Amino acid sequence: MLNKLTRWSRIKSPWILHLNSGACNACDIEIVAALTPRFDVERFGVLLKATPRHADVIIASGPVTRQIRDRIVRIYEQTPNPKFVIAVGACAMSGCVYRGAYNIMGGIDQVIPVDMYVPGCPARPDAIVDGVVKLLGKL
Amino acid sequence: MSFEIPIGPQHPALKEPISLRMTVDGEVITGVDIRLGYNHRGVEKLAEQKTWIQNIYLTERICGICSHSHATCYVQAVEKLMELLPPRRGLYIRYLVSELERVHSHLLWLGVAGHEAGFDSFFMYTWRDREIVMDLLEMISGNRVHYAINTIGGVRRDIDEGQKAKILEGVATLRKRSEYYFAIGANEPSFVARIAGVGMLSKEQAVSLCAVGPVARASGVARDVRKEDPYAVYDELDFELCTADSCDVLGRVVVRVKELLESYKMIEQMVRNLPDGDIAVKAPRKAKPGEAVSRYEAPRGENIHYVKSSGADKPERLKVRAPTLGNYPATIEMLKKGFIADIPLIFAAIDPCICCAERAVTLVDAANGAESIVRMSELRRRALARAKNAPVKGNAVWPF
Repeated sequence: MLNKLTRWSRIKSPWILHLNSGACNACDIEIVAALTPRFDVERFGVLLKATPRHADVIIASGPVTRQIRDRIVRIYEQTPNPKFVIAVGACAMSGCVYRGAYNIMGGIDQVIPVDMYVPGCPARPDAIVDGVVKLLGKL
Repeated sequence: MSFEIPIGPQHPALKEPISLRMTVDGEVITGVDIRLGYNHRGVEKLAEQKTWIQNIYLTERICGICSHSHATCYVQAVEKLMELLPPRRGLYIRYLVSELERVHSHLLWLGVAGHEAGFDSFFMYTWRDREIVMDLLEMISGNRVHYAINTIGGVRRDIDEGQKAKILEGVATLRKRSEYYFAIGANEPSFVARIAGVGMLSKEQAVSLCAVGPVARASGVARDVRKEDPYAVYDELDFELCTADSCDVLGRVVVRVKELLESYKMIEQMVRNLPDGDIAVKAPRKAKPGEAVSRYEAPRGENIHYVKSSGADKPERLKVRAPTLGNYPATIEMLKKGFIADIPLIFAAIDPCICCAERAVTLVDAANGAESIVRMSELRRRALARAKNAPVKGNAVWPF
């Protein structure tokens, strides 16, 4: 009974944390664009939170720079269970155009486990919304 | 008694990773230390491994907001190096996209400024209108953010009559809305009270600290590459240089709204006077040995690219000076003597683009310095050694 209730609340209102792991800002503004009037994910109960301690879903963008790697692990650990990670954009998937640069780890899955990948350079807001919806469908 | 408050790299007020260390005495900020490098990817080194054409797409991904600025600045430098003269029509389309990009960037910034000042409906309004210009850019180039319209010697896509009409229609709507925002800015007392007198930067400080772009112009410094060193099509366009004298965040808002209206004017002029002809000339695969510098007025200020060629099909060196980096010293002055609650507003007012700025900055974090030596590359090790002897307070060192 309690499990059913938590599952229902999780699906109805996932709170997200936007994590920039060295992205070029393109995916980041598309994530913000998904929150603004045209796409407006808030109508599905999705709320952007500022701290990882309140978040259910981490939306990460960008290839992981060596400088920020430890921070990402820390932020992931601060997020309460159960937690999900969506990698947005080609950089977060594989490093994209920065592959081979000396300061790049190449993809967020090198550092933390990823549940969903949204391709695109940058991913369109509708693709990001679709990614969130598909993740919720998996629950 | 003074305290040190760390802000970032992951912080609600900052959209991108950067770390600020504020020394505060009560509520008043007495010292600021900016720590960079969370977004340093090594783009300049990577550029040396890619060909001239591949580098257009790399420089475009320096930043997602001013992507066209970096790509255009790079392409200008390479065209100078290869002694190419792009056709007039190609140039007009290139700078038409530039101005559309400025519109999208300034609308985005206005929204963020409203958000930081606690005026969230303003944020939603401007971002709603920003979708109009995003649609126009998508129609012209095929992508919303990374347009990839530049090529060495011109542009890759032409525009037709139907698209011209749509651009004019979109710009007319945007102009009407922007005028409405201008009226809101002037008549909404709580918004004005929140941003007036915050983050003061006097004209003398702006000049001596080499502030660029709207930050300098809001302090009364009439500095704009489009006016003082007109490149490509800008000497044929009729527009005004926008400045403000209030030296605070209010001035920065006013300058950007005025620039929006000037950009609409320029877009209309370029669409109406679009010349006929080809859009691109064929570029050689290799460039002659030599070097070139190009300047470009990005939405955030002056962008400089330096390209050196050794005669191969790849650049020997690419150096980028992004506008946000030029504004950091001024930001430190703006934050001093301010209040803790004003930090997000002041920092947002320079329109920081961390990903733009973080290429050439050498950064050492004292906390994990020893660890870094073990696992970082040779380049980083050398950076560590140099920073140890640097006389700068804190650990961030500007190499110029």
